Amino acid sequence: MKAKDLLGQRGEELAAGYLESLGMLVVERNWRCAEGEIDIVALDGDALVITEVKTRRSLDYGHPFEAVGAAKLARLHRLGAAWCRDRELRMPLRRVDVVAVVDDGGGDPLVEHLKGVG
Amino acid sequence: MALGRTYSVALVGLNGYIVEVEADIGQTLPAFVILGLPDAALNEAKERIRSAAKNSGIPLSRRKITANLIPASLPKRGSGFDLAVTMAVLRAANDIQPTERTVFIAELGLDGRLRPVRGILPAVMAAVQAGYQDVVVAQANLAEASLVPGASVRGYRTLARLALDFGADPQELALDFEPEDEPGHGDAAPGAPAVPDMADVSGQGDARRALEVAAAGAHHLLLTGPPGAGKTMLAERLPGLLPDLADNEAMEVTAIHSLCGLPSSNAQLLRRPPFENPHHSATAAAIIGGGSGLPRPGAASRAHRGVLFLDEAPEYERRVLDALRQPLESGELVIHRSAGTAAYPARFQLVLAANPCPCGKASGKGLDCTCTPMMRRRYVARMSGPLLDRVDIQLQVERVSLADFGQGGKEEDTAAVAGRVRDARGRQAERLRPLGLETNSQVPGRILRGALRLPASATRILDHSLERGVLTARGYDRVLRLAWTLADLSHRDAPDTNDIGQALGLRQAASAAA
Repeated sequence: MKAKDLLGQRGEELAAGYLESLGMLVVERNWRCAEGEIDIVALDGDALVITEVKTRRSLDYGHPFEAVGAAKLARLHRLGAAWCRDRELRMPLRRVDVVAVVDDGGGDPLVEHLKGVG
Repeated sequence: MALGRTYSVALVGLNGYIVEVEADIGQTLPAFVILGLPDAALNEAKERIRSAAKNSGIPLSRRKITANLIPASLPKRGSGFDLAVTMAVLRAANDIQPTERTVFIAELGLDGRLRPVRGILPAVMAAVQAGYQDVVVAQANLAEASLVPGASVRGYRTLARLALDFGADPQELALDFEPEDEPGHGDAAPGAPAVPDMADVSGQGDARRALEVAAAGAHHLLLTGPPGAGKTMLAERLPGLLPDLADNEAMEVTAIHSLCGLPSSNAQLLRRPPFENPHHSATAAAIIGGGSGLPRPGAASRAHRGVLFLDEAPEYERRVLDALRQPLESGELVIHRSAGTAAYPARFQLVLAANPCPCGKASGKGLDCTCTPMMRRRYVARMSGPLLDRVDIQLQVERVSLADFGQGGKEEDTAAVAGRVRDARGRQAERLRPLGLETNSQVPGRILRGALRLPASATRILDHSLERGVLTARGYDRVLRLAWTLADLSHRDAPDTNDIGQALGLRQAASAAA
C-alpha cells in the first residue's frame, strides 16, 4: 500500500472517531458505486450525513478544504442519493460534511469539520 | 458571527464617495466573494489579497470570505480597495483590532507591499469632506495625500507594518520585509518643467502684445499666419505669463492630474497653469474626456486653469472643435457613459493656431500660394463660427522681418511681461470681485453696458463701427472686454479712446484674414 493511501486511511480513521465523539453514528465506511466513493456515511439524529475526508501532511499545497471544489460537492450529493437507492431507504434529511485532517506525522493531528456545505 | 468593517473611497470622476467594506467569514468551504459591482481589477483583488496576507504572515481564513462594498449600487473600479478589503477580512478573523473610521486606499503587491494608486488627492479630499479624517495610504502616495488640509494621513510600506499598528500579533508578522521606496506615478523630479522664455521671440511686436493682453484678461486667442512665423513658439510662452494658481485652483488642477496618473501631480501642489498641446488627430474623447465605462478626463480638463493649445486648428475634426463650445461656456464638461456620469472642470484658456490656407503660403501678397480661393475659404471655415465667436483676440502673425531677426537678446523676457500681467490681474480682481467675477473675459455684456458703462465720448468709434455694420453686437462686447484689459495693463481706471482703438485692431486683424 502506498504511503498516501495509508495517510488517507489514517485520516478517515481519525475523522470517523471525531464524528462519533460528536454523537454521530457511523453507518458505513468507503462505500463504492460506479460513480465514486463515500468516505463515511453517518447518522446525525434523523439526518443522513455524507462525509468527505481530506487528509494532508502539511499546508504547503493548500488547506485540505481547498481541495473540495464545486464538482466534487455535486458528486457527493449524487452519491448520497445513490446510497439511499442502494439501501432502499428514504432519508429526506441529507447533508454533506467535509472533515479536514492535517497530520504531519508528529502526533496530535489537526481535525477540522464543516457541516452542511454546498 | 465574525464581521469586519472598514472604509474606503470610490471615485466617480472627481467626486469621491465613502464606501463601507464589510467582510464576513462563513463556516463553509473556502471561497472569496466580492459583492457590490466590482470591476475586473477589483475582482482580481481576491488573489492579490490572499497572497499579500500569506506573505505578510497573516494568512486569510480557510473558510468562505464574503466582502461587501456598500453602497452596492455604486460601481467600484480599480485596485485602490485592496487594502480596505484586506483589513476588513483580517478584522473579521479577529487578527487585528477594529479600525474604527479609518479610510484605507492602496493597492497590494503579492509580497505584501502597499502600492500607490491614481487619484489619491481627490479621494482623500472626499474622505475629509465626508468627515473621515484618518486615512491610510501607501508610502508613495503619502506626500500627495498630505496636501489635503484637515486630513491626518499615515503612509505604510507593507501590510505587515500596518497590521502591527492595528494590533496584529508581532510574532507572526513578516516585519523584516522592507521594500525599497518606489516613486509615485512616474519618476519626475519635483519642480516645474522649464517654460520657454519670451526673450527667445525676435520681433513680432504685435503678437507679443496680443499674448500679453490674452494673459492679462484670460482672453481666448487665435493666431493665423504662415508656417514658420512663430505661432507655436508664441503659444508655448503663454503659460509662463499667467499668474500662479490660487490655493483652491491648485487643488483642482492637482486633483485632475492625480486622477490621470500624471507624474506632475506627485507629491506637490501644481502652482503653475498647465499647458496641453494635443495633436490634431485627437478624437473628441481624447480632448473632452471619455473612454469605456466611467469616463476619464481629456486634454480640455487637464488644461483646466491653464492653456489648451490647438495647433493647426483647421486640421482638427470639426466635431472635436465644436465639442469645446460647452466647456468654453460653462467651464465644465459633463460626460455620460454606461457606468455613470462624470463632471470634470474645464475652465481653460483656448489658443488656436492656423495656417491661412492648406498650403500655408497665402500671407502677405500670397503669390506663392497654390490654393484656390474656394480651398482657402473652406479651410478657414472648418473652425466654425460659433467657436471663433468665443475667441476675443484674433491676430495675424507675419513672418519675422530681417530687421527684427538676428537681434536676439534684446527682447523683453517672460518675467517682465508676467509682472505686468500680474498687476493687471490685480486691478481686474479689485474691480470685478464685487460683481462675482475674476477676469475681463468673463464679464457679460449686461454688465459691460450697465455697471461698467463707458462715456459715449470713449465709445464713439465703436458705436460708429456698429452703425456701419462692421461690428456685430457680440463683437461690440468683445472689443469692450479687450479694451478693459488694455486699460488695466496701462494702469488706467477705465478704457479711453486709444484703448478701444487698439482693441478694435486686435479683433479686426483677423476679420480681414477670414
